[in-house]
Amino acid sequence: MTGAPDARPSSSWSLMASELSVLFRRLRTWAMLLALAAIPLLIAAAVKLSSHPVAPGRGPPFLDRITQNGLFVAVTAMTVSVPLFLPLTVGVVAGDTVAGEANLGTLRYLLVAPAGRVRLLLIKYVSAAAFCLAATLTVAAAGALAGVALFPVGPVTLLSGDTVGVGESLVRSLLIAAYIAVSLLGLSAIGLAISTFTDVPVGAMAATVVLSVVSQVADNLPQLEWLHPWLFSHYWLGFADLLRQPVSWTSFGNNALLQAAYIVAAGALAYGRFTSKDVLS
Amino acid sequence: MTEGSPPADLAIETDGLSKRFGHRTVVDGVDLAVPRGSVFGFLGPNGSGKTTTIRLLLGLASASSGHIRVLGGEMPSQLATVLPRVGPLVEGPAFYPFLSGAANLRRLDSADLHASPRTRAARVDEALERVGLSHAAAKKVRAYSLGMKQRLGIAHALLRPRELLVLDEPTNGLDPQGTREVRGLVRSLAAGGTTVFVSSHLLAEVEQMCTHVGVMSVGKLVAQGTLHELRAAGKATVRLHTPDIEAAVRVLTRLGLQSELSPPQPGSYASDGRSLVTTGPAGHDVAPEAIVAALVSNGVRVRGFWVENASLEERFVSLTGEGFDIAG
Repeated sequence: MTGAPDARPSSSWSLMASELSVLFRRLRTWAMLLALAAIPLLIAAAVKLSSHPVAPGRGPPFLDRITQNGLFVAVTAMTVSVPLFLPLTVGVVAGDTVAGEANLGTLRYLLVAPAGRVRLLLIKYVSAAAFCLAATLTVAAAGALAGVALFPVGPVTLLSGDTVGVGESLVRSLLIAAYIAVSLLGLSAIGLAISTFTDVPVGAMAATVVLSVVSQVADNLPQLEWLHPWLFSHYWLGFADLLRQPVSWTSFGNNALLQAAYIVAAGALAYGRFTSKDVLS
Repeated sequence: MTEGSPPADLAIETDGLSKRFGHRTVVDGVDLAVPRGSVFGFLGPNGSGKTTTIRLLLGLASASSGHIRVLGGEMPSQLATVLPRVGPLVEGPAFYPFLSGAANLRRLDSADLHASPRTRAARVDEALERVGLSHAAAKKVRAYSLGMKQRLGIAHALLRPRELLVLDEPTNGLDPQGTREVRGLVRSLAAGGTTVFVSSHLLAEVEQMCTHVGVMSVGKLVAQGTLHELRAAGKATVRLHTPDIEAAVRVLTRLGLQSELSPPQPGSYASDGRSLVTTGPAGHDVAPEAIVAALVSNGVRVRGFWVENASLEERFVSLTGEGFDIAG
C-alpha cells in the first residue's frame, strides 16, 4: 500500500468550492438571505398599501420617490439594511467561520487533512466576503423586482439633477450594492479574527455585531470626531456620490482604502492567532 | 522494554514529548516508539493524556518541549508532507450535521491538497462500502446514530491509502457487532502493511487487536513494548490439580515456589481433587515441564496443570492504579 501523495495534486479550488457550497447549501444562509429579501418587499408593500403619500424628508432616504419610480425601492432598502440587517447577517457568517468549525469539531479534521492553516483562513475569508456580496445583491435584486412589479418605472433623476435612463439607473443600483459589499469587508475580517479566539460561534457572532453597533454609535458622537475617519462604519452610508453625474469615486476610494486597512489589521490578528493556536476542540 | 529497532523502522517516534497547559503538565516526557507495520495499542485511563498526545502527533497542538517524528518527517514542520499519509480519527468523529455522510467525506477530502478530485466520488463510495454505510450515504449526518458517526469517522480515515492510521477510541459507541467489525478492519489494514496506532481505555480491545502496547498514566508513558513483553513482565502462575496436596506442596517448596490452596474451580472434573495455585516460576528459572517431572517422580498424581500468564489487566492496573478516579 503506497500512501505517497498522488502525482496529480488537486487544485486549491477544491476546498474553496467546497467551502462555498457548504455555506450556500446551509439552511441558515438561505434563511438570512430570505430575511434580507423581505426588507425591500416590506418597504414596497408598505408604500403601495399606504393611503397617505410619503412626505419628502420623512422616513428613510428616497422613500418619497418610490411611488413615482419603482427603481428607488432597491436604493431605499439598501439604505435601510446598512446599519443593522446587513451587519447582523455578515456578523453571523464571519463569526462562524473558524469558531463554527471548532464547535462542530470539523476544524481538527480540516487541519489534519491537512488544509493548511493559512490557506484555510484565506478560504474562510473569501467565503465570508462572498456572502457580503450575496447579501447586498439579494437586497438590491429583491428591491428591483418589487419596484418593477408594484410601481411605474422610468428615467431617474439623480442627486445632481441629471436624468438617466432605466438601464443606467440599474447600473447605479449595482454600484451601490458593490459599495455596500465593500463596506462590509472590514467587518468580515474583524468577525474572522474574533472567530479564531473562541470555540463558541454564537459568542463570535454577537461580538462582531456588537462591534458594528459600537462603531456606528461612536461615529455619531461629536466628542469622538477625531476618531470618526478611522471607524470601519464611517463611510457605510456614503454612497450618495454614486448617484451624481458624473460619478464621484472619492468616497468609494476612501471607503475601499479604509476597509483594506481593516482587512490587513484584522487579518494579521487572525493569522497570528490561528497559526499558533492549539486546536483542542 | 522498548524494542531496539533502528529509528528508520519507526512510524511514530517522540523524544521527551511534553505538553503543559499553564501549570498543568498533561503530557510529561513521553518517548514513544511505534514500529512500522505494528498495531500499537495506546492504552490508558480517561484523562491520562492519550488524546493530547495524539493532537501533538498530528500538529493540532504544539508541544511545550520534545521532538516528534511521524513517518520519518519532523512534526509539525513537515506537516504538509506527512499528514496526507496519515488517516486520522481524533477524539471521536466530527461532521457537518446538515450534510449527508457522503457530502461530509467529500468536503473533508477536498481539504487535502493531494487528494485527487477526479477519484473523489469513487473513493468516498468505496470507503463507505468498507464500513458498511453505503445505505446511509445520502442521509444527513444529523440523523446518524453514534455508531454510524463512528463508522463514518473510520471511513474518513480510509479515504486514501494510508501508511499510518491514528485511531482515537475507534470502537467508542459501537455495538459488539460493530466492535468486531472494527477489529477485523484494523487487522486487515495491518495485514496490508499499514501501521495502526489505536488509543483505547479498554484493555480487552487492545489485547485482541494489537501487537504492541504503550501504557499512559497521568501524562507519562509508564510501559511500552510488544504485547508479549508486557505480559512477560508480570509473573506467571502455575495451577495444579491434584488429590495429593501435601506431597505437592513439599515438591513445589523445594523448587522455590510458593503455593496456596485455591477453592475448587468451577467446572473441575474431579470431585476428590483439589486445586493448588503457585506463583512463579519465579525468575523463569524453573521450566513448567521440570515442575511436572518433579511432581510425578515424587508420586504426586497430576490431574491438571496450567501455566497462566499474568493477565494484562493486572499489569495494567498495577501500572495505572485502580478505581474510577480520573487522573489529573
